Amino acid sequence: MIALEKRPQPSQMWSLASPLVAVALTMLAGAGLFAALGQDPLEALVKIFWEPLFGEFAFYYRPQLLIKGAPLVLIAIGLSLGFRAGIWNIGAEGQYIIGALSGAAVALALYPSEARWLVFPLMVIAGALGGCAWAMIPGLLKVKFKTNEILVSLMLVYVAEQLLASMALGAMRNPEGQGFPGSRNMAQMEAATSWINQSAGMHWGVVAAFISVIFAYVLLAKHVLGFQIKLAGQAPRAAAFSGTNPARLILFCLGTSGALAGMAGMFEISGPSGIVSIDFNVGYGFTAIIVAFLGRLHPIGILLAAGLMALTYIGGDVAQSSLGLPGAAIQVFQGMLLFFLLAVDVLTNYRVRFGQRSAA
Amino acid sequence: MTPAATDRALMELNGLTKAYPGVVANSDVSFNLKAGEVHALLGENGAGKSTLVKTIYGLVKPDSGTMTLDGAPFAPAEPRAARAAGIAMVFQHFSLFEALDVAENVALGMENPPPLRDLAQRIKEVSETYGLPLDPSRIVGDLSAGERQRVEIIRCLLQYPKVLIMDEPTSVLTPQEVDILFDTLRKLRDEGTAILYISHKLEEIRALCDDATVLRLGKVVGTCDPRDTSARAMAEMMVGGTLHVPERDSAAAGDVLMKINGLSVSSPTEFGSALKDITLDIRGGVVLGIGGVAGNGQDELLGALSGEIRAPKGQIFHGADDIGHLPPDARRGLGICAAPEERMGHAAAPDMSLTENAALTGRKRKALTKNGFLNWRKTRDFAEEIIERFDVRTPGAGNAARSLSGGNLQKFVIGREILQDPQILIVNQPTWGVDASAAAAIRQALLDLAAKGAAVIVISQDLDELMEISDEFAALNEGRLTKPRPARGLTVDEIGLMLGGAHDMEVAHVG
Ligand SMILES: Nc1ncnc2c1ncn2[C@@H]1O[C@H](COP(=O)(O)OP(=O)(O)OP(=O)(O)O)[C@@H](O)[C@H]1O
Ligand SMILES: [Mg+2]
Repeated sequence: MIALEKRPQPSQMWSLASPLVAVALTMLAGAGLFAALGQDPLEALVKIFWEPLFGEFAFYYRPQLLIKGAPLVLIAIGLSLGFRAGIWNIGAEGQYIIGALSGAAVALALYPSEARWLVFPLMVIAGALGGCAWAMIPGLLKVKFKTNEILVSLMLVYVAEQLLASMALGAMRNPEGQGFPGSRNMAQMEAATSWINQSAGMHWGVVAAFISVIFAYVLLAKHVLGFQIKLAGQAPRAAAFSGTNPARLILFCLGTSGALAGMAGMFEISGPSGIVSIDFNVGYGFTAIIVAFLGRLHPIGILLAAGLMALTYIGGDVAQSSLGLPGAAIQVFQGMLLFFLLAVDVLTNYRVRFGQRSAA
Repeated sequence: MTPAATDRALMELNGLTKAYPGVVANSDVSFNLKAGEVHALLGENGAGKSTLVKTIYGLVKPDSGTMTLDGAPFAPAEPRAARAAGIAMVFQHFSLFEALDVAENVALGMENPPPLRDLAQRIKEVSETYGLPLDPSRIVGDLSAGERQRVEIIRCLLQYPKVLIMDEPTSVLTPQEVDILFDTLRKLRDEGTAILYISHKLEEIRALCDDATVLRLGKVVGTCDPRDTSARAMAEMMVGGTLHVPERDSAAAGDVLMKINGLSVSSPTEFGSALKDITLDIRGGVVLGIGGVAGNGQDELLGALSGEIRAPKGQIFHGADDIGHLPPDARRGLGICAAPEERMGHAAAPDMSLTENAALTGRKRKALTKNGFLNWRKTRDFAEEIIERFDVRTPGAGNAARSLSGGNLQKFVIGREILQDPQILIVNQPTWGVDASAAAAIRQALLDLAAKGAAVIVISQDLDELMEISDEFAALNEGRLTKPRPARGLTVDEIGLMLGGAHDMEVAHVG
C-alpha cells in the first residue's frame, strides 16, 4: 500500500528538487510521445534541448532565447507576487497589450522627434502606467465591490485585444503604409527602439527582466511588504492581526504585476515586434502563469523556468521544421511539464510511505 | 472502581516509541486502558501526550512498539481504520472545515453518514441529551472556539465509540459546560466505554478520572489514582520538581491609560456577537479579568482593542487621542499589544518559522525593521529570546510553528507580546492548553507586567485563573460588559450573577 503522509514542515530538499524531477519526467514521457509519433525520441529531444543552445545554428537561436525569455520573466515575476498573496491576476496578456499600446502611442505621437533621452523614457513610463492602470481595474473592483479578480482580469484581455485591433487598423496605422494594417516600425526609430544590440538579442526588456528578478528577490526576502505578501497568502487572519491592510496589498500586487506586464509589452513592441499589428500578442501573458509556477513563485526559479520555457519554444520550432513534428505535439510536451511539476510538487508537503499496513 | 470497570484491559500499549527530528516524543510508553474507566494522561507541554493519542488514532506511525485492542493486535494505518475499530477522538486543535456547516462537518468525520437531514436531527438529539447546545445548520467558520469544540465532541458521541480519546476538551468550556460534559462522560463510562482523557486542569482530573498515567519527556514516569492524589502532587510528578505558585504584591492602581467610551461595533463574522455600549477605564498596574462564555464578544473585544476591528469616532481613547481608527501596527507603536485566542492561523502562521512568527507582531516595538527592511538576524534573536525566557520546547527558532505542541506554541505567542514590554496587554485565554507549571509562569509574567505599571486585560473562561490573578473582574455577556468590580472578596454567587445577568444586575449592586 502507498500512502501520503503530511510532513511537519515543507521539505526544503524537495522544493528544490521537484522542478528537476518534473523536467526529467517530462523528457521521459515526451520521448514516449515522440516515439509513438514515429520519430526517433532521442533525436527529437536533442533537437529541442540541444540544437538551440549548441547546434550548428546556435548563433541564431541563442539571441532568440533572450528575446523570448525576457517578457516571460518580467510578467511572471509580477504575477508571482500576487500568487503568493492569493491574488490571482490571470489577465497579464491584456496588461501586456495595453502597455505596448501606451508605449507605442508615445512613440508615434512624438514621431519624428529624435530626442531619445525624452522619447524612450517616456515610453517606458507610459508602458508601465498603461499596464498598471489596466490591472487596477480588477484591483479597484475587488477592493470596492469584492468582485472576483480572476474573471475581471481575464475578461479584460479580450477587451484589450479588441482595442489592439482597432488601433492597428485605425488610429495607429502607418499613414505611409499604403493601406496595409499596422503602425510605423518603432524598432527602426532611433528615438524609440528598445534594441541595444539586435544581433545579440539584447534589448532593454532583457535588462529590465534581470532588474525585476533582483527587485522581487529583495522584496520577498528582506522587505516587510514581501513578508506581508507571504503572510497574507498563508494565513489571512494572522495577516490581519499582524496589521496587513488587505486592500493595499491587493492594489500593490495587481498594480505591480500590471506595470511589469505593461513594460514587457512596451519593450516588445519597440523592439522584437516593432509594429502595432493585430497579431502582436502571442500569449506571453498566459505562458507566464506556467513560468511562475514552474519557478515555484521564486524569483530565481522564475528566471530558470523562463529560460527553460523559451528553450522549449525555440527547440519546438526547430523540431517542427527539421523533423516535421506537429505543433500540437510540442504543446502537449509543454503541458506535460506543468502537469509533472504539479504532481511532483505534492512531495514538498507530503512524504510517500510504502507498506503502511505491515508496520506496527 | 466503578461498577462497569473490569480488570480486563480493553487496550494495551507496549513500548510505543516515536521520534521526531530533534526530539523523542514518545519513548517506550506502555500502559493498559480498561473498559469502563476514565484514564487520565498527564504531562507537561511537549511531554508527548498528543503524539501518543495520535498513534492510537492512526495519525502517527510509531517507530516501534505494539498495541492491542480487545486482545487482538491493533495497528491502524489511518484514522479511518481506527474509527472502524471503535476509536473516537476529540482533537486539541480543531479539525473542522470553516466553510462548511456543523452537520456537514460531522458527516465528513463519519464512515457512513446518513442523509444530512437525518443527521441534523440526530445532532440536535445528541446535543440536547448531553446538554451541548448546537445548531446543525450554522457555518463552522462563525462559531467560537467553545462551540467548535462542541462540534468535535458531538461528532465523537455519534459514533458510540469503544474508546473515546479527548485531548484537552475542556480548555474552552465554561464551568457549567464542563459539569455537563462530565455527566456525559460518566454516563459513557458506566456504559462501558474506555475514556482516555488529556487535560492540564488537575482539579477536573481529580473529579473525573479513575486512573492516571504521567508522562515526562516522552516517558512514563508514574501512575496514580487521581481521586486521592492532590493536584499539587500530580503537578510535581509531571515536572519532577516543586511547583511555583504565582504571587504578587498588589500594586496601587495607576493612571487611566486607555478609555473606552460606549464602544459598539458589529462582528466581522455573521454569527459573532456585536459589542454593545462597552464603557471601561483601563488603568496601569491593574489586571482586569473578563469572564464569560466564549462567543459572547470575546474575540470582538480583543479585535477592537488590538485594532483588527476599527471603532467609530469617539469610542476608544489612548490618553486624550481618539485611536479607534488606528490599525494594529500603529496601536502596537502606542504600546497596545494583544494575543488572540486561536493560536494556529490567527496569533501565529502555522507554516512559518518561529522567527517569522516573531516578526508578525514584534516588528514595531522591537525595531526589527529599518526603512521597511526586516533585520532577520535581530528577529531571530528576538525569537530565541522568547523561546528561552518562556521555556518553549522546540529544537530551534527555524522550526515551523505547526511543529510545536499546543502549549508550547501558546507560550511562544504570549511570550512574544510580553517581551515587547507593552503598556497595555490584552490576552484571550492565555493559558489555554498550557501545563500547570507553564501556566503559573505565564500568569506570573502577566502579574510582573502589571507590577511594572502596565494595564493587563485577561479574557478567560477559566474562573479560577481569573480569580487568581485579577484585581478587578467584569463579565462579558452577549456583547455587553458589566462594570468591573474588585475581584477580592467576590463570592461565587456574585460572579454567577455577573456572568448570567450581566447588565441588569449592575443596578442591584450599586451602592
Ligand atoms: N509533527 C511534528 N514534527 C516535529 N516535532 C513534533 C511534531 N509533533 C510533535 N512534535 C514534538 O514532539 C513533542 C511532543 O509533542 P506533543 O504534541 O505530543 O506534546 P503534548 O504532550 O501534547 O503537549 P501539549 O500539552 O503542549 O499539547 C514536542 O516536543 C513537539 O515539539
Ligand atoms: Mg498536546
